[in-house]
Parts: sequence; C-alpha cells; structure tokens
Amino acid sequence: MEDMKVSMYQLYKDMLTSYLEDKSEHALYHAQQFSKQMMEQDMSPEETVSLHVSVFEDLSQDMPEEVKDSFDLLLEVMIGYGLAYREHQSLRDRQQELESELNVAAQMQRTLLPDKKIDLEEVDFGVVSVPAGKMSGDYYHYDLDDHGNLAVAVADVIGKGVPAAMSMSMIKYAMDTLTDKQMQPSAVLESLNRVVERNIDEDMFITMMYGVYYPEEHSFSLSSAGHEPGFIYNAQEDTFLSLEAKGLVLGVSPKVRYQEKKLSLAPGDFVVFLSDGVTESRIDGEFIERDQIVDMIRERLHLPAQEIVDEVYYQLEKAQEFQLRDDFTLMIVRRKV
Amino acid sequence: MNLDIQVEEQEKESIARVTGEVDVYTAAKLKDTLIPLAEKENHRLVIDLSGVEYIDSTGLGIFIGALKAAEKSGSTLKLTGLNERVHRLFEITGLHEVIDIDTGKREEA
Repeated sequence: MEDMKVSMYQLYKDMLTSYLEDKSEHALYHAQQFSKQMMEQDMSPEETVSLHVSVFEDLSQDMPEEVKDSFDLLLEVMIGYGLAYREHQSLRDRQQELESELNVAAQMQRTLLPDKKIDLEEVDFGVVSVPAGKMSGDYYHYDLDDHGNLAVAVADVIGKGVPAAMSMSMIKYAMDTLTDKQMQPSAVLESLNRVVERNIDEDMFITMMYGVYYPEEHSFSLSSAGHEPGFIYNAQEDTFLSLEAKGLVLGVSPKVRYQEKKLSLAPGDFVVFLSDGVTESRIDGEFIERDQIVDMIRERLHLPAQEIVDEVYYQLEKAQEFQLRDDFTLMIVRRKV
Repeated sequence: MNLDIQVEEQEKESIARVTGEVDVYTAAKLKDTLIPLAEKENHRLVIDLSGVEYIDSTGLGIFIGALKAAEKSGSTLKLTGLNERVHRLFEITGLHEVIDIDTGKREEA
C-alpha cells in the first residue's frame, strides 16, 4: 500500500513537471490515464487534491500561503464528492451482484420450459416466448402423452419480473404432478386453479389456455382460464376466428368449472395461442388491433409454424423499437395431414 | 399517466371515483385506497370507473384483491361506468361472473 502511494506520488510528480514545462497535449493525455488508475485504486477525489498539493509544494518551494490555504478549502469541498463516489461504487458492486443473481434465476427459469423438439408427422408446431426483462411471467408448455396426443398451453402471470416469474414456476410444478389421464383441458385447469388459489397473493392471478390435439380424430379440445383469446384458422375458407372458452382466471375462487370446447381440424387448419404481450404491443403509441396480428400471420401462411411465430415476433419487436413492454408468447399448432 | 381517486365515504356506503390509467405504475395507489374501504364491515363499496380509459392486468388484480377483502368482511363491491375496452377485459378474464358490474350506464367523463 505504501509502495503504491509512493509510486502514485512519483507518477503524478513526473506528470505535473512535464506539463508545467511544456504544457503539452501529451501530458494531458497522461492525466486522463492517471484518473482511470486512481479509480481503479479507489483513490478518492480529496486524496487526489491532497496529492496535488504535496507534489506542488515539492516542486515550487515558495508557494504563496494563500494558494496553499485555498487548497484546504478545495479539499473540504471534495470530501462531499468523495462520499458520493464511494456510495456510487458500493451501489455498483451491489448492482452487479443482483444482476448475476438474476442471471442465474433467469437461466434456471429457462430450464422450466420444454426444450425437446416436437417432430410429428401429423402436426406442425411453433412457439416463441420472450420476456420483457430478464425473467418472464409467461409460461408455455407442450408435451406428448403415451398415445401421441399433443397437449399445449400458454399461461400469463399478472405483472412481470421476479414476482411473476416465481408464480410461473408454481404452474410448472403443478403441471408436472398431472398424469396422462388428467390431460383433459377442463380438468387440468380445475386442478391448477386449486393449487394457484391456495398459493398466490390476494391481488395476483394467472390466466391460461390449455388445449390437446388428438391426431387420430383430428380434433382439438381447449379450455381457458380467463386467458387472452387465440385464433382458429380455417384453411378451406381462409378465415380466422377468435378462439375463446369461458372460464375465470386462476387463483380467484377455489371451485371453478371450466367450459371445454372441441374443434375439428382439417388439413392446414391451425390454432394460435398467445399472451397479452402480443395484443398489448403498441405501434406508434396505439395498441395493435387483433386484425393486424391476423394480417401478419396471413401473410406467412406458406411458412412452417415456427417461422411464422418467429417472423411475427420480429416484426412486432421491431415496431416497438426492440423494447418489449410485456412478456411475449405466440404459439401455433397446425394439422399437417 | 396519473391516477386520481376521489372517495365519498358514508356510514353504509363509499363511492370511489377513479380517473386515469390503472396500470402497473398506479396500481399500488389504488390498492392503498380501496383495500381499507373494502375491509369495512357490512359496507357497500362502489367503484366508479367512468374516468378510466385503460386497465392492465396488474390493475385488474387490485379489483380482485378488493373483492376478496370485501367478501371477508361481509361487504359488497360494485363497479360502474366501465368503458368498452375495460368491460371486455373483465369479460375475457371471467371476472364479470364474480364481480358485480353495473353495465347500464357509462356516465360522461
């Protein structure tokens, strides 16, 4: 430590001497380098002023008393800056700590989402899910049962960030306890609702849409717990209709029954699930209309489902200057054959 | 966007007139006003949303919290003056089935 002080003293002295001699740009450049070094070594502003005073006294033997005294005043003034600087530094350290904790949590959260590829002859599947911040309050799910039926779901926890993300993991664990036999949409939501109602804050809730595609009978069953309506595309008529089912959001009341809808899908027909981060996208300050989302999908009907959702996401992200306001999830399940 | 809440408190009934956007930024303020009113026993709490253009999901949560608090204290909760967009939100979420919503009149704001 003493050595370092000596070396800083010497460095500053050389620098000041050189500057006083020729006032060169070069010496000024050194001063900039020196200030970086000071910060690295946690030197406070007042220490720098006092270094300056001692070096200066050393260099000019006859420093007027007034100049010397004036530095005492400057020193006093700099102490305030020094305190603020140290506070800034400790906040920055704390922030880095939080940031890395959050990164670990976000990484952990990603492992809660399914990652195996769905490769089925009968179904073309695509999903995109992007959090507005590091952690997501959106959740999606897809899974095949032993009979080759495909269960899919999109859920949205109110709010965003850490509290939403913690509730999201509850949904994931609750879903893991369900068995194949319990894949029926209304039963799944009724069961999840019981878990959520018992474990969530008074003013929080979760919305969810859950569906199952049965390839053998080409039918799609779904139930919704107050979730943002999706779409159903009819290939033969080339029409999109709103897809919704009656049901209360999860977590409000312990006993809720969920309506179940059954659709049949012809080749090329598909269902779209989304979260409100999609419909609450704003373009030039105006909420996007559901029709605009339909148009974006319609322009890409010839593409595989994954490319459709990726491109719609990209287009909406771009329209919002790459700054999502809410977690965004978009999913398509299309009957191929 | 700001949120303004005017409360008219009487012995058996309180009316809270809300103006502005109820969203993630203003929800806490609304909660702090509504919950104590909803916790009053055998009380009638009317929330007038005539001046509300937009509610997001966090805002919606506050009404659920108020409903639960009212049920616990044997009080009732009623919402009035919802615009179309706001009403649609209560419909999608199924909350219109559990919260008393006066669909009749939307007073001019």
